[in-house]
Order: sequence, then structure tokens, then C-alpha cells
Amino acid sequence: MRPIRVLVAKPGLDGHDRGAKVVAAALRDAGMEVIYTGLHQTPEMIATAAIQEDVDVIGLSILSGAHMTLIPRVQDLVHAQGRDDILITGGGIIPKEDVDTLERRGIGRLFGPGTPTTELIAYIKEWFATREKQEA
Amino acid sequence: MTKLKSPSSKGAADNELIATIEEQSAELRLLRTEVAEWRKKYEKGELRDIAFTNSEKEVQPIYTPLDAAETSAEALGMPGFYPYTRGVHPTGYRGRLWTMRQFAGFGSARDTNERYKFLLAQGQTGLSVAFDFPTLMGYDSDHPRSEGEVGKCGVAISSLADMETLFDGIPLDQVSTSMTINGPAVILYCFYIAAAEKQGVDSTKLRGTIQNDILKEYMAQHAWVYPIEPALRLIVDCFEWSAEHVPKWNTISISGYHIREAGATAAQELAFTLADGFTYVERGIARGLDVDTFAPRLSFFWDIHNDFFEEIAKLRAARRIWARHMKDRYGAKDPRSLMMRFHSQTAGVTLTAQQPMNNVVRVAYQAMAAALGGTQSLHTNSMDETLALPTEESVQVALRTQQILAYETGVPNVIDPLGGSYYVETLTTELEREAELLFKQIEEVGGVVRGLETGWLQRKINESAARQQWEVEQHRRVIVGVNEFVTDGPALEIELLKIAEETEREQGQRMAKMRSARDSTLVEKRLSALRQAASTSRNLMPYILDCARAYCTLYEIRAAMESVFGAYREPVFF
Repeated sequence: MRPIRVLVAKPGLDGHDRGAKVVAAALRDAGMEVIYTGLHQTPEMIATAAIQEDVDVIGLSILSGAHMTLIPRVQDLVHAQGRDDILITGGGIIPKEDVDTLERRGIGRLFGPGTPTTELIAYIKEWFATREKQEA
Repeated sequence: MTKLKSPSSKGAADNELIATIEEQSAELRLLRTEVAEWRKKYEKGELRDIAFTNSEKEVQPIYTPLDAAETSAEALGMPGFYPYTRGVHPTGYRGRLWTMRQFAGFGSARDTNERYKFLLAQGQTGLSVAFDFPTLMGYDSDHPRSEGEVGKCGVAISSLADMETLFDGIPLDQVSTSMTINGPAVILYCFYIAAAEKQGVDSTKLRGTIQNDILKEYMAQHAWVYPIEPALRLIVDCFEWSAEHVPKWNTISISGYHIREAGATAAQELAFTLADGFTYVERGIARGLDVDTFAPRLSFFWDIHNDFFEEIAKLRAARRIWARHMKDRYGAKDPRSLMMRFHSQTAGVTLTAQQPMNNVVRVAYQAMAAALGGTQSLHTNSMDETLALPTEESVQVALRTQQILAYETGVPNVIDPLGGSYYVETLTTELEREAELLFKQIEEVGGVVRGLETGWLQRKINESAARQQWEVEQHRRVIVGVNEFVTDGPALEIELLKIAEETEREQGQRMAKMRSARDSTLVEKRLSALRQAASTSRNLMPYILDCARAYCTLYEIRAAMESVFGAYREPVFF
């Protein structure tokens, strides 16, 4: 199986990148190809990078409270490019109610503080295996 | 220390001294034998299977006078005396308690103004402004990049008009205000000074602090605007101008908090923060300023993490290192230049989303460590802060935690009560030594600015963060409710603060109104004067203050300087 390609991205203005960097390193150590955008990205910058880099997964990290604006916008932009096969997942400080709303909108799982990196690695691998099977 | 009696003659004094030394060395020999015997038994004894480490440093099972002997009486001093290990005030908390200063801000200036009045009515003794992300980055609330972020993580302040509302009914000559703002710090500082003028309060009467610590932004917190060199110039402009015009203001709060929260160990927090402090001092001196004109207004800000004794030792070591370097390296003579005064905040990163009520207990222990370390002011986190901004109720519990500490526990009754503890003195000395080693390493990579440009400092912090995550996942580090003592079943639901969606729209409307009411010719004139001054070496503070008075917005002022300075580009890696 080819390696899973992941874009780890920080949308919006918040500067908390400890989680994003720890996750990026953990995914890389788990054998994935990881691209990290750096801070302060607009949804447009993230969608463009995802398409250009031809990633399987976009992992969004948001701790600023702007998730209800920024996550759907990344999703819309990626879908507008015809790429609804890309998994959009992520994490940060996101209240349960908002997680539910976003998941109903087709966003993947959103992980909260204290999640072991093993849990999200397993999630991404499982999602990828299922998608590959469907495509085969 | 044994005190010698006043000698009657030189010969008698010598004999007395010899007798004392013999007595002491006999005591030490006995102690060495006792420690050796104990160690034999201890090493054969039953021990729990966990790592007894402390921020990646092995700690001994017991400390004795043999360890503490490495710390001389000179290294301790008395409270209020060099090298200030035991505190900067001779009377400690017996003279004055620490300032209870809860960091707060959300929604509009009006919402936050109400929260401030609530906190003051609850007995809080100082204000602390949390700005939203657009403000922290220098964007107006109606800028496209602010969409979805206005008022979410703090209060939205885009011009003098918002600042006037924020402090409406709060006389600025009677409170001290701390503002967590860095990239555009001097702009918000000028809004505050101009708001005070509107209240009829002269700038010389203002008391408070702006964080204004850009080096740790590049290192850890990441709310930057300009490249490093022009950003440092603005900070020195602020030191120079404030010494005359706002003499009671702390022009910077050199912060370890964010460095620690980003993953640094206690020793790294200590060393990187102090190295930042030394860099600012060097820049001030390079400008031609006498160190004693600006150093007394430099203040610090520390993170108070979980390891109780290590945190106390860190604060004591910080005071001692600062005093020694300021005196020996930078030739400061005013005792106030040598005294490290600081604010502390309990460590946000230690709070857990799981079983959030447990956070009340974590915060209480951390707050006690801050008091035992002699903090000048303290913010205690609220239990719900890993989930959202705190509710009024949870903020009240956090403030009550400080009040119980101050009025019920007896902790403030004795100055530096852990002074002389074999463990705490040894840790203090060890942390000082580790910091000195890190200073050398920073020097070897070319100093703080070079270390930021190459990413050396950021990498060090990332490595520590990754190691801590690994320890948690391997159960080498226990986090109650997260990797041990996990509760099954539904999570405890606590009420969360929600920011009204109308905030952004209403703030946009207020901005439009303000823009149409102001004198646009004056706005253009002031911005153009600032742009011109920015390309010279003139002090920019008077120009920025003039812009603030004319209701130029945050982003307009930011952009005026950006057209000359350019923007910072982050070195991206993980």
C-alpha cells in the first residue's frame, strides 16, 4: 500500500501549534507523508495546498473558536475542486455541540484535548483502508 | 551559618573559630555516615515502578545538608536584598499580598467592560485584558482575515473608540491594567494612553503592563506582525519614550508562560526567557540608553506548572540569575534594575478536558507554588478553559481559590517559607546551573535572534513537547482522568460560555459608524507622518499616539508601519 499523504494545517489567526506539530510528527513516525502548512493560513491557502500536494487527508487544528467559519469553508473549497474524496478531520478546542454539527456536514472526526496520537493514527489508517477497498 | 561572638582578643577568636570548624566537620562526617547507611537500606527497599523525575531531571529520594551546602548564604541574601533569591520586597506578603489579576476578555468592548466591573466588585485588585486573535495580529474587526474570529478568544479592540468603551466607568488613575499584546503592542498601548487622556487622566499617573515581548512570539506564541529587527526597534522606542512619559508603566512583560505552554521544560523556560530579557537590555544599551533608566520597568511572567517544588525553585532561581547578570554583566546600579518582579499564571496546558472539576484542584496547588515562589501577581485558570472561555461562575471559583490561599492557609504569613529547605535550595541552585549551560548554548548558536532565525530555539521546544506526549502515551507520566483513573460513562456536562454570533456584525457596524464620524483628512495626515518617521530612526511613539488620538484604526496603523518594515515570515518545520 502506498503511504497516506496528509496536510496538517493551521487555519485562521491562532498561534497554538504545539498540537499540530506533535500530531504532524506522530503521523510521520507512523509512516505517513506529512506536509505542514505553518501558521495563519486562509481556507483558500489550505485548499490550494491540499489539491497541489494531492493529499488524502487534511488535518485542521483550531483553538481560536473560529471553527464554525473556517472548517466548512475549507470543505466547500475542496469540494468545489471536485475532491470530496479527501478526508477533512482535525482537532482543537471545539465544543461537543459544534463537533456534532460539523460531523453532520460530512467533516470527519474532530479530536479534543488529551487524545492519544495512536487514536487518530488508527482512525486515519482505517479510513484510508476503507477508501482504497471501495476504489478497488 | 554559625555566628561568631565578638572576640575579646585575636588569639581567643582564632581558638573559637578552630573549635567551631572542628565541631562542624565532625557533624558533617557523622551525617555522611548516616546518609550512606540510609542509602544502603533504601536501595534494597521496595520502590514503585515509575520514573522519579522532574521535568526530565532525576531527583534524589532525599536531600540533606550535604546537598544544600553548595548554596552559600551569599546566594540567598535577605528578602528585599541582593541577590533577591528570597524575594524583592523586604516585607514579602506581610506588607502587601500579591495582586489577584484574572485575565479576561471576550465579545465586544461593552461585554468585557461588564465582566471587569463584576470582577472588581468581587474583590479583584487589578485588570488584565485578553484580546481576540484579530486584535493580537493587528487586524480590525471588519478586516476580511478577521472573519469568524471577532470576540471569540478575547475582546475585539480596533480603535480608541473601543478602548474608551472597554474602560467606561473605570477610572484609569485608580486601577492597574495589564494588556497581553505583542506584535501590535505599542498601538494598543497608545489607545490606552489616549483613552486615559479622554478621561482627563495624565499618562504619568497610569499604572500597568503591556506584554510587548516579541521574542517569545517568534519562539512560542506566534502573534507577530513585523520582522525581528523593526519589532525590536519598536520595543526600544517604547522603553525610551515611556521612561519620561509613563514612568509607572511596565513597558514589557518578558514571558516564559508561552514558552512553557508550547512544551519547554522548567529549565528551558527559565533560560530562554532570561535570554530574551538580556537581549532587550542589550538593545536598550545599544540605543545609548543608561540601563538604569529603563531596566526598573522590565517585568516578567512565568508559567506555574504541576511540579510543585520545581516551580518554586524556578522562581527563586529566576530572581537570583537576573540580579547577578544585571549587576555583573550590564553594570546596573539602581537596585530596582536588579529586582525581578513578575506575574504568574497557573499552567493552562495542565488542565484536562476529561473530568474538568479536577482542574480546580490542579489550579489550587499551582497557585500555592506561585505564592511560595513570591509572585507579585497571579492569574488562576478556570476549570472549563480547555473547553471554552470561562463562565462567570468558574472564574469566581478561580478567584476564590486565590482568596482562600491568601486568607485561610497561612502561606503568606512567612516570607519565603521554603528558604533553607535542603531540597528547594538544591533545586534552585541546580536550575540556575542548567540555565547558565543553556545561556552558553544560545551564545554558541549566535544569540537569541540568530537562534530564532535558524529555528534552533523552536526545535528545542518542539522536542520537549514531543517527549512529554510520548511519556503520557507510554504511561510514564500520569495524568489523572486522561491516561489513568479514567471514568467510564458519559462525561460530566458543564455549562460553557458562548460568544454571541452578533458580536462580529455589531462590531462591524460600530466600526463603520466610527469611520464616518472621524476627521478623515487628519487620519491621512497622521498616518502619512507615521510612515515617514518609520523610515527614519526617530522614536515612533509620539507618531503612533497621534494616530491613536485621531481614531486611526489598529490595522491602519499596523499597515502604515508595515509598508516600511515588511512582514515576518515564519520558518516552517515540525
